Amino acid sequence: MSDNLLELRGISKAFDGKTILQELDLNIKSNEFVTLLGPSGCGKTTTLRIVGGFEKPDTGSVIFNGEDITALAPEKRHINTVFQKYALFPHMNVEENIAFGLKIKKKSKEYIKDKIKYALKLVDLDGFEKRKPNSLSGGQQQRIAIARAIVNEPEILLLDEPLGALDLKLRQDMQSELIRLKNELGITFIYVTHDQEEALTMSDKIVVMHRGLVQQIGTPKDIYDEPCNAFVADFIGDSNLLKGKMLDDRLVEFLGERVICVDEGFGKNEPVDIVIRPEDVEINEVGKGIVNGVVKNILYKGANYEMTVEAGGFDWLIHNTVAYPVGSMVSLYVKPFNIQIMKQMDESEMILDEDMENETYE
Amino acid sequence: MKRMSRKHLATPYVFWIICFTILPLIYIAWYAVSDGDGGYTVENILAIFEPVHWKAFVLSIELALICTVVCLLLAYPVVLILRRLKIKKKGTIVAVLILPMWMNFILRVYAWQVLLSDNGIINSFLGMLGLPSINIINTPAAIVFGMVYDFLPFMILPIYNSLMEIPNDIIEAAKDLGADGFTIFRKIIWKLTLPGVISGITMVFVPAMTSFVFSDILGGGKIQLIGNVIEQEFTTSMNWQLGSGLSIALMTIILLIMALLQKSNQQTKGNNMIW
Repeated sequence: MSDNLLELRGISKAFDGKTILQELDLNIKSNEFVTLLGPSGCGKTTTLRIVGGFEKPDTGSVIFNGEDITALAPEKRHINTVFQKYALFPHMNVEENIAFGLKIKKKSKEYIKDKIKYALKLVDLDGFEKRKPNSLSGGQQQRIAIARAIVNEPEILLLDEPLGALDLKLRQDMQSELIRLKNELGITFIYVTHDQEEALTMSDKIVVMHRGLVQQIGTPKDIYDEPCNAFVADFIGDSNLLKGKMLDDRLVEFLGERVICVDEGFGKNEPVDIVIRPEDVEINEVGKGIVNGVVKNILYKGANYEMTVEAGGFDWLIHNTVAYPVGSMVSLYVKPFNIQIMKQMDESEMILDEDMENETYE
Repeated sequence: MKRMSRKHLATPYVFWIICFTILPLIYIAWYAVSDGDGGYTVENILAIFEPVHWKAFVLSIELALICTVVCLLLAYPVVLILRRLKIKKKGTIVAVLILPMWMNFILRVYAWQVLLSDNGIINSFLGMLGLPSINIINTPAAIVFGMVYDFLPFMILPIYNSLMEIPNDIIEAAKDLGADGFTIFRKIIWKLTLPGVISGITMVFVPAMTSFVFSDILGGGKIQLIGNVIEQEFTTSMNWQLGSGLSIALMTIILLIMALLQKSNQQTKGNNMIW
């Protein structure tokens, strides 16, 4: 037996003839915080629902603790879900909501009472036992939903965009709250979001999905620093995406310039995608960089300035702490190891949100 | 000023209610306590306890109860099935279910007379098959048949509305927490549809309790319900004082039953006990 807690093997799923997932393979280890990240329609929610048992895959199998649970009903899985819209039982108070799963498992009254107390303390809502869900704020309801799930001591907790309905400040608070919870509970979290910042902040492992296919699996740092294709680069963070040609090992041509880089192993004259992060573009005096250009636009963003520089027929997005006035001539330079070179992706696969089919969940 | 002008909009309705609900009620109440010779009495109201009236009253309650229970047992499964259907078909099916409501109420009752009578369609059909005929017309059973047929939509609609309001993720959350189908029904679906059930019961029980048309047409005039008694006091006997007294008594009892029903509903809603 492998040390994977959960394995998805060759999962495919289609709704009304539309393919949502194609041959998805995914391994999740115990005690990992895994985020499924992608634009809407990428199949991330469907993947979560297959793990939860709410959808049956057309092909493939779900292996949990070495056991095939593909056909197992959701109520029989040691997996609990925190739903996007909280899904608290409106006719029950907080205490009854949390006790729901435990009562079904025929736990003793004392056990349930202790668990409720513990769970409410954990989500920082002690004293809310008798409140009704509709008297709670969105953030409080979300925390009750988490409490209701975790008292059942699931081995995996599934979270379907749990912070999607909260405002920014609350969302950031809940992010650190969730990380703390995961560490205290020591259980595996599978988290679905379309918010790349959230994914980068919280995850041990990010699974970037697009059109039912896994694009890249890796740590937040891997995904940000070494995106494997233009889609991932574009989806995660801001980036400058350029087309280029690999002339030789460690030598790439883009915008008509030959530039030294660190990548090897591409074919001679192979067309490639190049990604350069805005904070990696350095601004020098004219002539002292790779390409010369004109500052077209500048925005003050608090921590830095966001500039648009037209250089070599391309609008560069640049983050810099020094402001250069609009119209000034500059030269741009990128350190070789900050030039990320990727195999070229089919143009049609790059389209992000335009022709996405809606997530089946909605 | 704005509030004033908005209040004016309600004037026609206030006028309507005063003229056609409140004034007649006051009139009925006044008749109920007057003895016809200028004096006052409570005899007309207490007349409900006279054996002949009481018998009609008890039978009315019995038939209305049977009718309500049958309607509930028929309506609830239908609505549960409707929820499981694909979205597009639901509206059509509900429309078909309430289609009879588009026809005149009295006509529908007469239709049942034709269907159920000794030489009626059902018995002719049974005869064709060589089966013994059934003598159902002019019995309480025929009255219940007619009532159930007429009042079923009033049970279906409120339950349908309350069931459709339950979001799917609440059901999934219950499954997720380990609940099987029966537990989900008992602890979630039934509880959340209870307001619909209660308003369905109200909308079936009250008219079934007070109607006199069913017993007139399907009971052959032989079976006296409290509605018939009151009707006859007003029409045949021309004893408006007694008719009004019985009406007030009936109204009081129905209001009491409804108050109890509402209270039990609120208790389940405001229930703070876990166990």
